[in-house]
Amino acid sequence: MKLYLKYLSIHVRSSMQYKVSFALLTLGQFMVSFTALLGLWFMMNRFHTVAGFALPEVLIGFSVVLTAFSIAETVARAFDVFPVIISNGEFDRMMMRPRGLIFQVLAAKMEFSRMGRLVQAAAMLAYAIPASGIVWTPDKILTLVLMIVCGAVVFGCLFLIYAAITFFTIEGLEFMNVLTDGGREFGRYPFAIYGREVLKFLTYVVPLALFQYYPLLYLIGRETGKFYMFLPLVSLLFVFPAYGFWRIGLRNYKSTGS
Amino acid sequence: MKAYLAVFRIRFAHTIQYRAAALAGVVTQYAWGFMELLMFSAFYRVNPEAFPMTFQQIVNYIWIQQAFLALFMTWFWENEIFETINTGAIAYEMARPLDLYGRWFCQSVATRTARCLLRALPILLVAFIIPGPLRMTLPPDAGQFLLFLLSAVLSLGVVVAFSMLVYISTFYTLSAVGMRVMAAVVVDFLAGGTVPLPFFPPAIRTVVELTPFAAMQNMPLRIYSGNIAGTDAALGIGLQLFWLAALVFCGWRWMQKALQKVIVQGG
Repeated sequence: MKLYLKYLSIHVRSSMQYKVSFALLTLGQFMVSFTALLGLWFMMNRFHTVAGFALPEVLIGFSVVLTAFSIAETVARAFDVFPVIISNGEFDRMMMRPRGLIFQVLAAKMEFSRMGRLVQAAAMLAYAIPASGIVWTPDKILTLVLMIVCGAVVFGCLFLIYAAITFFTIEGLEFMNVLTDGGREFGRYPFAIYGREVLKFLTYVVPLALFQYYPLLYLIGRETGKFYMFLPLVSLLFVFPAYGFWRIGLRNYKSTGS
Repeated sequence: MKAYLAVFRIRFAHTIQYRAAALAGVVTQYAWGFMELLMFSAFYRVNPEAFPMTFQQIVNYIWIQQAFLALFMTWFWENEIFETINTGAIAYEMARPLDLYGRWFCQSVATRTARCLLRALPILLVAFIIPGPLRMTLPPDAGQFLLFLLSAVLSLGVVVAFSMLVYISTFYTLSAVGMRVMAAVVVDFLAGGTVPLPFFPPAIRTVVELTPFAAMQNMPLRIYSGNIAGTDAALGIGLQLFWLAALVFCGWRWMQKALQKVIVQGG
């Protein structure tokens, strides 16, 4: 942990060396999610509700997904550039060192410009928390925290799977973008609006809906069972297949040579 | 002219090599288009009256958009051009007896066309045979289809002419990844990449429809779907011609100026 903090401070300092470039990149990232919000607002402005959700309720779901995604991307950015780490031999060097591999990969790169999105996510929450008319009892606050934390873990797992695929293909697999970037883009709206089949997929296969849609129902009082409140914890089970896949990939890994 | 054709051919052959990447892209874009359409149909169920296009029009809009993504999306930058400028290889380029603006323009058009050809057909094929309301249809009539083709070519021109401005700005800023991301995102949004322009609030829409951004993907996609037809389509194509000429002229002039001042650092 101490070592990780040390790496963290190195990365912060190194990205602060290029302040203007860092600021522009952060702003760029902010614009990416801002246009997504603008599009959402245009649609909600015209139709007022979607699948029974009003604007503040949709925004809570959106900001949970955006926050979780940004945290995961900041921390686990290295998995995103894993094809580079593999193909330039950096990974072979890591295998020599007496530290956990996942730890080393995580520490290799952190991308703070993704924080630009967090600003927007926070702003949306600041608007939606009072506007949604939810009475914020401790259990609801806990639900919201669970949604964000578990969401970050699930997105982290997706990045891990993406990296594990690289063991086999050397290049990144574009299709994974549907689950990572797609999860963020389509997570703007509660996942139920995409129909029953998609919801099932996002519940049992890739548990994005477990930390967004179901607990959201509990937050806005549409479901009162405590079961819905703790569903984000169930999504943590996704860690096992993701880690297992990483192990399998690792066992099959042959260096790319130099 | 022959030289430019050669540039086009080389680039085209180069890009067409990456077939596996294209296949992965096809699957991704297919899934993406499907999700987009499910989202629009959720809104359609809320209130069909508030829907500014027919549902079939949005279906065609989204499928054509996914199929021709590589033609119309600003963020398909030609990274080689950025590298040429940053590494100083621009010196060789300038030594060649070929107008650099024209060369880069051809190169961009070739890359985009090749990428698009690899991806468009499989996506369109699937979009035409899936059962149910998400199936794509042909445009209303042959005339409309010809207008679409014309508009698509012009739209590609406008997109490339716009990205040329961004390439040229690299002469002054050297590295501006942030700017690039921002430009691409804002432009694609205003061109109807996230939400088609008819869904914009009326006041904003009126303004945006006059900008060069409306002359990008917005125009061919809406002409294909039949959302813009007749005189409106002719006017739209006129607007595209105007912006294409304006952007190319500005870009070409700016490039001449930039090249006079350019200093290649180091040897």
